[in-house]
Amino acid sequence: MSNSNVILSIQDLQVSVGEKIILQDLNLTLKAGEVHAIMGPNGSGKSTLANLLARKEGYNVQQGTIRFLEQDLLSLSPEDCACLGLFLGFQYPVTIPGVSNIHFLKSALNAIRKAQHLPPVDAVDFLKIVKEKMAVLKMPEELLYRPVNDGFSGGEKKRNEILQMSLLEPKLAILDETDSGLDIDALKLVSEGINSQRGADRAILLITHYQRLLDYIEPDQVHVLSEGKMILSGDKSLAKTLESKGYCWVGEPA
Amino acid sequence: MPKLNSLDEVDPAILKTYEKLGIPLNEQKRLSGVAIDAVFDSVSVATTFKEKLRELGIIFCSFSEAVREHPELIQQYLGTVVPYTDNFFACLNAAVFSDGSFCYIPKGVRCPMELSTYFRINAASTGQFERTLIIAEKNSSVSYLEGCTAPMRDENQLHAAVVELIALDQAKIKYSTVQNWYPGDKEGRGGIYNFVTKRGLCRGRESSISWTQVETGSAITWKYPSVILQGAGSRGEFYSIAVTNNHQQADTGTKMIHIGANTKSTILSKGISAGHGQNAYRGLVQVHPKAENAQNYTQCDSLLIGEQGGAHTFPKVDVKNKTAKIEHEATTSKISEDQLFYCRQRGLNTEDSISMIVNGFCKQVLNELPMEFAVEAQKLLALSLEGSIG
Repeated sequence: MSNSNVILSIQDLQVSVGEKIILQDLNLTLKAGEVHAIMGPNGSGKSTLANLLARKEGYNVQQGTIRFLEQDLLSLSPEDCACLGLFLGFQYPVTIPGVSNIHFLKSALNAIRKAQHLPPVDAVDFLKIVKEKMAVLKMPEELLYRPVNDGFSGGEKKRNEILQMSLLEPKLAILDETDSGLDIDALKLVSEGINSQRGADRAILLITHYQRLLDYIEPDQVHVLSEGKMILSGDKSLAKTLESKGYCWVGEPA
Repeated sequence: MPKLNSLDEVDPAILKTYEKLGIPLNEQKRLSGVAIDAVFDSVSVATTFKEKLRELGIIFCSFSEAVREHPELIQQYLGTVVPYTDNFFACLNAAVFSDGSFCYIPKGVRCPMELSTYFRINAASTGQFERTLIIAEKNSSVSYLEGCTAPMRDENQLHAAVVELIALDQAKIKYSTVQNWYPGDKEGRGGIYNFVTKRGLCRGRESSISWTQVETGSAITWKYPSVILQGAGSRGEFYSIAVTNNHQQADTGTKMIHIGANTKSTILSKGISAGHGQNAYRGLVQVHPKAENAQNYTQCDSLLIGEQGGAHTFPKVDVKNKTAKIEHEATTSKISEDQLFYCRQRGLNTEDSISMIVNGFCKQVLNELPMEFAVEAQKLLALSLEGSIG
């Protein structure tokens, strides 16, 4: 059944790595305009889900389907997925020595524009836009000319992820523990950056360990992942409940 | 090479390579042995070029022509930098060389254009034992380009060339090479052996010689472009990118010999090992007892792509004067799966991702190449690493 409102639809997903089942009976639907949060203790499978959606290799999908913008996501390569409009904010962004941040940003933007049959971005316009967005995120301009993430602080790396997100304007942004390691000020900046990316035509999936981020980014739905299963879903008040009661309150899956 | 009538008769795979390297159609014809149309005859271009040089007193011709027309110069300088006793392959070259290039820049003349072997008349085929001699008189300068990015095949497997450069007072010689000889097949069969002796002599005060090379071809490369820093205040530079893929082996580096006072040398070597390629940097920095205030900076970086390649370094520092300042830095890195995934997740395909990372790695050396060569070299790097991540 086609529903142009649905950005992401996961049905009956079961994923293993080697012999071990990491995710099972997973169902999730994200519609345009929505922000969902996935919370859960360490080892619950949150990052596996994020990486799988971004098409990282090494996961064995034993069962289930995933549709992204009405395409079979599992048949797409990482770059195809990205060009279609999927963005992953990495938990631990890597360094790319020798490649300046600005060159990387421009190459990524042009790759996606090319997939959309658009001409490469004008260099002067691009520089102006990037500097504006960096100013909003309070990123020093010199980070543009350093190799990607090279010598960046933890907070700067996370903000660099959000900078990329705001440049590439994805239809689906999956943010994997973007809040981890951030102090309050950085958290506020990052949250503002994410909130500014909300749109009626796009969806955001926040993967987080702590409820703190959700004080700044109000989710439409909160899901709890435990030992690979989605054991609970609810509205934003679920996050508050979890905070006060802890993950063990959730107990054994029903 | 067989004479063909049109590019349609050339192996399409070869044409595809030329396209990727951005080689213009006319050049493609020359390289694949297709007769060149009279209208686009490159000989006429070369003729105008030669006229300009002649006005300035610059001699740029084949070695055999130089022997005929300028024997006194040949006699004065030939073998003074690389004597036949130097090494086995230099000896072989001295015994049997038939041709090569000769270049002479008179006093005070700055050669106004980059000299390339392409413009030498009758440069259609490259000999096995080429001999090149470049002489830069007092206060002159020249930039010389050797080679091309197009994959070159030859029925002869051994290439043992000799290049001698001589720079007199305040003269500058810049010698750039892009080498893409047939590297052998994926299993390492066939392929050219590239055993070259290249040496520059900074004979004059404040003279300088700079070697820049991009080596992506050949099955085995043994090559150590060196500079003898005899004149006081002279400078030697060596910038190198060596790529080995499949079963190639590259053993390359330089020797900087500090003899005069206040001499400086800079070594920047980038090695990339992909497939089962083995890359070795072999360098010598030697400071003689009377060489006061010698300075050397060496940076030697290796990049590994995949799990099977090897990077080795053999830096030797032999200092006999305690006023010398020698610096050495070395790094070894990998293109990790995570880096590749990061790039791909941002929309870049695997090939473009590797190309971007490799170009970033090689940037410092690419910046030393003359412009046209730099653009071709970047494309060549990408091409030589195709299929390196399976």
